[in-house]
Amino acid sequence: METPTPILRMSGIEKQFPGVKALDGVDFRLMPGEVHALMGENGAGKSTLIKVLTGVYDIDGGTIELDGRRVDFASPLAAQHAGISTVYQEVNLCPNLSVAENIFIGREPRRFGRLQWRVMRDRAVEMLSQLDIHIDVTAQLATYSLAVQQMVAIARAVDIDAKVLILDEPTSSLDAGEVGRLFAVMRRLKEQGIAILFVSHFLDQIYEISDRVTVLRNGGLVGEYRTAELPQVELVGKMIGRELADLERLESRPTVRHTTPLIEAENLGRAGAIEPFQLTIHQGEVVGLAGLLGSGRTEIARLLFGADHASTGSLKVDGAQASLRTPRAAIRQKLAFCSENRRAEGLIPDLTVRDNIILALQAARGWTRPIPRRRQDELVQRYVAALNIRPGDPDQLVRNLSGGNQQKVLLARWLILEPRLLILDEPTRGIDVGAKAEIQRLVVELSDGGTAVLFISAELDEVLRLSHKVAVLRDRRVVSQLDNDEELTTDTLTETIASGARS
Amino acid sequence: MTSRTVPTGWPGIPRKYVPVLVTAGLFVAMFVAGGIRYQGFATGQIVLNVFIDNAFLLVVAVGMTFVILAGGIDLSVGSVVALSTMITASLLNDGWNAYAVILLVLVIGGVLGLGMGAIIHYFEIQPFIVTLAGMFLARGLCYTIGTDSIPITNPTFTTFAQSAVPLGPDLWITPSVLIGAVVVLVAAYVLHYTRLGRTVYATGGSEQSALLMGLPVARTKIAVYTISGFCSALGGVLLSFYMLSGYGLHAVGMELDAIAAVVIGGTLLTGGTGYLFGTVLGVLVLGLIQTIISFEGTLSSWWTRIFIGVLLFVFIVLQRLIGTRRTGWPRLRSRRVPVPAAGADD
Repeated sequence: METPTPILRMSGIEKQFPGVKALDGVDFRLMPGEVHALMGENGAGKSTLIKVLTGVYDIDGGTIELDGRRVDFASPLAAQHAGISTVYQEVNLCPNLSVAENIFIGREPRRFGRLQWRVMRDRAVEMLSQLDIHIDVTAQLATYSLAVQQMVAIARAVDIDAKVLILDEPTSSLDAGEVGRLFAVMRRLKEQGIAILFVSHFLDQIYEISDRVTVLRNGGLVGEYRTAELPQVELVGKMIGRELADLERLESRPTVRHTTPLIEAENLGRAGAIEPFQLTIHQGEVVGLAGLLGSGRTEIARLLFGADHASTGSLKVDGAQASLRTPRAAIRQKLAFCSENRRAEGLIPDLTVRDNIILALQAARGWTRPIPRRRQDELVQRYVAALNIRPGDPDQLVRNLSGGNQQKVLLARWLILEPRLLILDEPTRGIDVGAKAEIQRLVVELSDGGTAVLFISAELDEVLRLSHKVAVLRDRRVVSQLDNDEELTTDTLTETIASGARS
Repeated sequence: MTSRTVPTGWPGIPRKYVPVLVTAGLFVAMFVAGGIRYQGFATGQIVLNVFIDNAFLLVVAVGMTFVILAGGIDLSVGSVVALSTMITASLLNDGWNAYAVILLVLVIGGVLGLGMGAIIHYFEIQPFIVTLAGMFLARGLCYTIGTDSIPITNPTFTTFAQSAVPLGPDLWITPSVLIGAVVVLVAAYVLHYTRLGRTVYATGGSEQSALLMGLPVARTKIAVYTISGFCSALGGVLLSFYMLSGYGLHAVGMELDAIAAVVIGGTLLTGGTGYLFGTVLGVLVLGLIQTIISFEGTLSSWWTRIFIGVLLFVFIVLQRLIGTRRTGWPRLRSRRVPVPAAGADD
């Protein structure tokens, strides 16, 4: 396995941003025919390293060698020409064009300047079949699932005579089967001698696919290891730089609570979004929603928060009939909703941490009664400290924070309202292990303090670890509600999701 | 997996062709209805007359199609048409050679478009505002040349304007229609068989993605406004043939007719989807409405506007329905109302 010459060698890379040293003497090497995972918490410097490598940023120090030659890319295009292709987390293709065009646009086969559509189609079919994808390449890209689109992006990336393929969190929106297909493709590319740099937050995936792993922390290099020789716990320890006590303390299962019901949904439903369901959430109870992407998890959350109107059924809050027709009505009932889409539906990136945190409280008071600055500072200080938001400067723009810290700012905004029910939609997606543990601990603390939590997550162990009760969704229907007792494991949950009933 | 088709009663027709087919169906239906209702309507010459009377609009709409496909808008086209007629008429009166004048006018149109495109791209300003400024500028320049209508007496122009190209028994067109047809064919070729054309579609589909895919977005955006400016100038020359005059009040509101033709032809205003053939049909539908209203005799010409308005509504709604019924992942998201940031709904 030890290949003598790396295809890519980055040594002593330095990158300085105003006020922050993003990369501090990082070494990184990539062998041909290996899958190399790049690990680190959010803000550890993974994306910066990738952006330096692909020519988005220029470097302040250090050297990059590709194939033994010193290189210095001025633009992503230059990096592409040199054989470094990147597939980003978000699919960066044109949904309005055909699959074939998306693979070839910019390098279409031409004769005398005229595009050869037939050649393009045939070659696209051939390339995709190598990736084990058999689709109509003349159909619009938008008609296919995200997984297929991701594969098309990879087909495009590989066709650029790639020597190095960078996959930046390609799996975060794929389901298990789709991930399997992606991995099969990665293995095949690996056999062809392509070096693959793989970034993912899912530890299991890292262990399944990668040969070697490089860990970064706070812009510095922690080390390069063979994946097989590095136990998971140690890897996480290296990433967050401390012991795993934090995570393990949560391992004990929460006990079922018997308190008064806070939310009672009777046959609540919305045509086309979610079939009528019963759901009771008690005070201080954590209710998990498990199910595949698109199974109706978010739809339930939106109904309870009044973001969508129910077409059937009724909702009781605190035993009294309530009609939550708008999010404002829900906020008045002290319900809070942290959306899964924190960028588009929650945070305002160009405001400061302070302004973002204070926003909901100010709105609840009304804009004519501004919150005194001293009280603002007090509140913000308290929550920045409680949630360990970094950097801890309230005047920093939210845009400049890493994903995990942005998520915490959003949480803080709702927490200062002291909600009775907090709906968390995928609060830990795309954030690192350390921040994940902090958010999970927070959920436990809130629940101990009497706040009910509706917890939506694609990660079943997380749901199991936190919830008192799990509602399982399948095809826009609540198929089962399970108490979190000894018999409930991720396997039984998976089975319920797959079969529709507990077996 | 196979090609996804419209889930309605037309199996086998890819969804992308539906708007164009609807427009084609509408045109045929209007033609048939007119033929039943009015004597002497259902002849080939009626269709050809629509082309004759709207050759300049066709050319302008072709330029507009490029801009809209790339995700932009060009409000300056009507004014550039007027300015072109004005420059043409005044220079011809000063005794310039007709061909030199045409060449100069085309260059001026292209340069105006190039300038607007460069401002839109490099200063990242909304195309709406930049071309609105261009619209005022060009219209205002007309009046620096003259405030009255200037008649064209140049023999080359009058010969050209009065000549007819026979197409068969009782069928004829003007040279302007031929020019329009050539423009349409060249434009369709460019859009479908050249890199520039496909990059126009890609830019309109997702500018950000196009950029990350390494496509020359800057060049393309500037190119579409240059093409639109050029087409406007050519439309102005054709209008000079048709009107045999230059006037600052020519082509008032033509930008809106051109946009209407493009939209009725099935091109999405958000860019990236549509066909040039649809634009041709859009122009034909607009022209045929005028023809029907003139056949009706009793209706005021303002009814043209009313029908165009109704049609636009229908087509925008149709596109919305087709757009939201797309399969795949964007569907779920696009139909949901975003949760407002807390307090943002005040």
